[in-house]
Amino acid sequence: MKKQYERPVISQLNTGVMNKFGTKTEFTPTSHIDDNAVKDLLKEYGSPLFVMSERTIRSTYKQAVRAFKTRYPKVQFAWSYKTNYINAVCNVFHQEGSWGEVVSRFEYEKALNNGVPGNKIIFNGPDKTDDDLITAIKNESPIHIDHLDELYRLNELSEELNIRPQVAIRVNMDTGVYPMWDRFGFNYENGQAWDAINKIMLADKMDLRGLHCHIGTFMLAPSAYGIAAGKMSDLAIGIKQKYNKDIQYIDMGGGFATKNTLKGSYLPGADICPSFDDYAEVISTAILNAGFKENELPLLILETGRAMVDDAGSLLGTVISNKRLSDGRRATILDFGVNVLFTAFWYDHKISPAQDFSHYTENTVLYGPLCMNIDVVRENITLPPMKRDDQVVVHRVGAYNITQSMQFISLRPAIVMIDMEGKAHIIKQRENRETIEMNEVLPEYLKAFKL
Amino acid sequence: MRIKKNIAISESGFIFNPAVGDSYSTNPIGTEIIKMLKESKSVAEINSYILNTYQVEASSFEKDLYDFVKMLEKYKLTETDGQEA
Ligand SMILES: Cc1ncc(COP(=O)(O)O)c(C=O)c1O
Repeated sequence: MKKQYERPVISQLNTGVMNKFGTKTEFTPTSHIDDNAVKDLLKEYGSPLFVMSERTIRSTYKQAVRAFKTRYPKVQFAWSYKTNYINAVCNVFHQEGSWGEVVSRFEYEKALNNGVPGNKIIFNGPDKTDDDLITAIKNESPIHIDHLDELYRLNELSEELNIRPQVAIRVNMDTGVYPMWDRFGFNYENGQAWDAINKIMLADKMDLRGLHCHIGTFMLAPSAYGIAAGKMSDLAIGIKQKYNKDIQYIDMGGGFATKNTLKGSYLPGADICPSFDDYAEVISTAILNAGFKENELPLLILETGRAMVDDAGSLLGTVISNKRLSDGRRATILDFGVNVLFTAFWYDHKISPAQDFSHYTENTVLYGPLCMNIDVVRENITLPPMKRDDQVVVHRVGAYNITQSMQFISLRPAIVMIDMEGKAHIIKQRENRETIEMNEVLPEYLKAFKL
Repeated sequence: MRIKKNIAISESGFIFNPAVGDSYSTNPIGTEIIKMLKESKSVAEINSYILNTYQVEASSFEKDLYDFVKMLEKYKLTETDGQEA
């Protein structure tokens, strides 16, 4: 039996000042995901491969629910479809009790099709057509109004249909965080929000059920949520005083950070990411202290996306080749690139080899297989020497990768979910030419050619 | 081509160049190769030893060895016959 081979490598030891954080060790191998060997998964389903852990989704969800419910009496999560809308993933959240939160007709239909009752699908977003609005009105879905045109249109539609739409307004505000997300909704500070509220209340054609905000994404400062929840509560209490109307819910949107490391960040994400408890504490405190009567406390809705699912997703892949760049750096080429790992533009993803190595490491650039310069998976990472056919695991890719990936040059990979017992289920087949060409139409006269 | 005589290499892959005070580290297979180079073994001998000992194909080891030797040259740890440091 011959010995396991590892490429010979040598590097100069840095005798200068040690890195403040010591040497990064990212090379602890990840040979298994929820009891399944990475090499078996790749053998069975092909490489690259997305793997979702049902255990991690459910335990993350339970942590989030516990953090909020121990601090505030009425809490409801709504699964943000855009974050990961593979039906199997959505249904795990629905089984846990999550409503749906959608921003397009496509997502709306997905939620309906998954069996979410219309009145538990929150319809967000600036681009809702008449047909979308009519469907949502008839299904009694909470429609979150983004701008005045939509508000006026809803008034008209309610007359035409003779149904009172169930609505909330989206509010944007200064929470001390830059840049301010003021593109969506009505501004709090300059009175737009009150203007919209007055228009809804005085026309009296819709039911103003809630107030919604989404102050940003990957918000590392929980304090911003305290400010936002305070301003939302002020509005709700003001509506009660002015119109004697109880606001049924305050929807704080999404935006909690994950343990991924943002590019350019001095500290690793795992060290600075606030916990669900941190966010829950400031939000609950702000609402509880705002002055609601106890029996008039609004339902707190959360549309947490990335923090709910990032940890549950992994991307498995394979080394295609190694190169030495002209400046002496090592480059490793993988069989997946930014086409399937969109978040590589924002994060320095944690990437582990899937097999054992000696303790020797080297600095490497990780490239994808696309024929373009931007296809960089990691600009600089310390890994053991890897050779062709070695396998890697990219961690924390459950949010926004599957929904934003594209079939540029190569096709999108299969997705597998590992259930609570450790059994793998295919939840999306690998794409093939037929799936991509399904909607193409080749005019008759272009069918034949001679070369 | 061989490793300069004054270069010291330990079992654990620690390499020291006393002429300039620089140190390096290499993995176990790198240690074996450097030792063979120090013993003036030829590339053919190194090749056959590695291919007999490790699970690796000739073509990929050839590429890896070439790259490794280039790095040894870059770090000025080698000398060619008849040329002293
Ligand atoms: C309205 C709304 N709700 C929820 C989310 C989910 O956000 P996150 O993934 O940052 O939690 C988003 C994302 O952009 C959003 O726009």
